[in-house]
Amino acid sequence: MAKYLLLKHYRGAPAAVNDVPMDQWTPEEVTAHMQYMRDFAARLEESGEFVDGQALSPEGTFVRYDGEGRPPVTDGPFAETKDLIAGWMVIDVDSYERAVELAGELSAAPGAGGKPIHEWLELRPFLTEPPTITE
Amino acid sequence: MDEALLRTLTPTVIGVLVRRGADFAAAEDAVQDALVEALRTWADDPPRDPKGWLVTVAWRKFLDAARADTSRRHREVRVDAEPAPGPGEAVDDTLQLYFLCAHPSLTPASAVALTLRAVGGLTTRQIAQAYLVPEATMAQRISRAKRTVSGVRFTRPGDVATVLRVLYLVFNEGYSGDVDLAAEAIRLTRELAARIDHEEVAGLLALMLLHHARRPARTAADGSLVPLAEQDRGLWDTRMIAEGVDVLQAALARDRLGEFQAQAAIAALHADARTAEETDWVQIVEWYDELVRITDSPVARLNRAVAVGEADGPRAGLAALSALDPTLPRYTAVAAYLHERDGDPTTAARLYAEAARAATNLPECGHLTRQAARLNAQLRG
Repeated sequence: MAKYLLLKHYRGAPAAVNDVPMDQWTPEEVTAHMQYMRDFAARLEESGEFVDGQALSPEGTFVRYDGEGRPPVTDGPFAETKDLIAGWMVIDVDSYERAVELAGELSAAPGAGGKPIHEWLELRPFLTEPPTITE
Repeated sequence: MDEALLRTLTPTVIGVLVRRGADFAAAEDAVQDALVEALRTWADDPPRDPKGWLVTVAWRKFLDAARADTSRRHREVRVDAEPAPGPGEAVDDTLQLYFLCAHPSLTPASAVALTLRAVGGLTTRQIAQAYLVPEATMAQRISRAKRTVSGVRFTRPGDVATVLRVLYLVFNEGYSGDVDLAAEAIRLTRELAARIDHEEVAGLLALMLLHHARRPARTAADGSLVPLAEQDRGLWDTRMIAEGVDVLQAALARDRLGEFQAQAAIAALHADARTAEETDWVQIVEWYDELVRITDSPVARLNRAVAVGEADGPRAGLAALSALDPTLPRYTAVAAYLHERDGDPTTAARLYAEAARAATNLPECGHLTRQAARLNAQLRG
C-alpha cells in the first residue's frame, strides 16, 4: 500500500477545462459539487482507501520567526502568491495506477452547468518508512 | 494481562466457532469482539481458563449477532441449540486460516490486514494505527477482504508462497506503532513453521531473525539510518543470529533452495563478519547469483552489483550496474556509492543529491542528502 496526497489548488494549477469560478455557479450546482465530494470520500472509506480529507480557507497568513525574544512576524495574504492550496485528500491505495484513477474521478466533480470541472489535481506520494530488508 | 496469549489463542478460537457451524466472517467478527472485551476486562479480572473464556464469550457474541441478523444467512444456524462438543482440536484449523487470509484473490494490503486480525489476533484499531489509516477505513478493508474470501473452500492445501509473501510484507513494510509488526511477523512465521514442514518457511523465518537481530544498530538515537558497514556490531543480538543461522542451516540441508533461503544466507554472511572489512563478499556474490537465478529480480541484480563492487572493486561494480535499468529504485544511490569508491567525488555528490530527491522514505532521503553534503563540503574543502 502507498499513501498519496491529492492536492487541489485555488491557484497555481493549470486551468481547468470547465473553468468557471465557483461564485458564478448556481446554488444547486454548488450543492451538487459538495455532495459529489462527500460521496467520493464515503466511497473511499467503504473501499478501505480513505485516510483524510480537508478543505482550507482561501485566506491565510504568512508567519516567520523573527529572532530570540521577539514575536513571530506575520504578513499577507499576498494576492500575488502563485500557489494557493484549496484542500487535500489523502488516500492509501495498492498502486500508482489506482491513485491516478481516483484522482481522475475526483477531477470529474461537477461544476458550472453540472458538467465535470476537469480540474488539474496534484498527486504526490508520501515518503514511507524505510524497508528493513535492503540487501 | 497477557496480550500475547490472547493473540496466540485467536486463530484457535475462530476454528472452534467455525466447527460449531459459524461461517468464517461471522466467527472472526465474534472473536474480534471477544478480544476487545478481553483487553478491557482481563486486567482486573483475569480468567483461570483464558481459552475457555474466549470460546464462551465469542460464541455468545456470535449468537447475539446471529439473532440480531435473522434476515441473512445466519438464519440457517440453529442458534438456540447447545453447541455440540466439537471434534478433537485439529491443528490444521490455524493453518487453513493462514491460507485463507493470504488467498490470491486478495490484494496484498487486504491480505496483510486480514492476516493480522484473524491469525495475529490484533484489533482493528491496532492494525489501523500500525498502517496509519483511520480505524473505519481499516474496518472496511477487513470486511471487504472477508467478503472476497467468503466463497473459498479448501479442497487441498493452499500455496504456501502466498502466505510467505504476506508475512514478508508485514515484516518489511510495517510502520512502528504500538504494535511491533516485525516481532509480530516473526511470531506468525514461527507458528507457521511449527505447523508446516517447508524449507522456504524456515528460510523466511531465518531471514527475519537475521535482520531483526541487527535492528538495535540500524538507527541512530536521532532516528537516522546507520548503513550496515558503519553499524556497531556489538549491538547485534547474537542469540537471535545464532537461532537464525541454525534455522537456515537446517533448511539448506534439505537441498531445495528458494529465494528466502538465499536472502537469509546473504544476511547470515553479514552477521558472521565481526567487522565490515571481514565480510566474505565473494561468497555473497555467489549467493546473489543464486538469488538472481531463482527470482530474476532486478532488485537482486542491483544488490548483486553492490556486492560485486565490494568483492572485485568499484569498476567491476559499475560494470555490473551498467547492464541494469537506471529507473530501478535505489539505482542512483548505488551508482553514487560506487563512483565515490572509484575516486570520483564530483559525480558521486551529484548522484547522491539526485538519489535523495528520488528516495521513497525520509530516513533514506536524509542519509543520501548527508552523503551529498559531506562530499560537497570536501570538494569545497
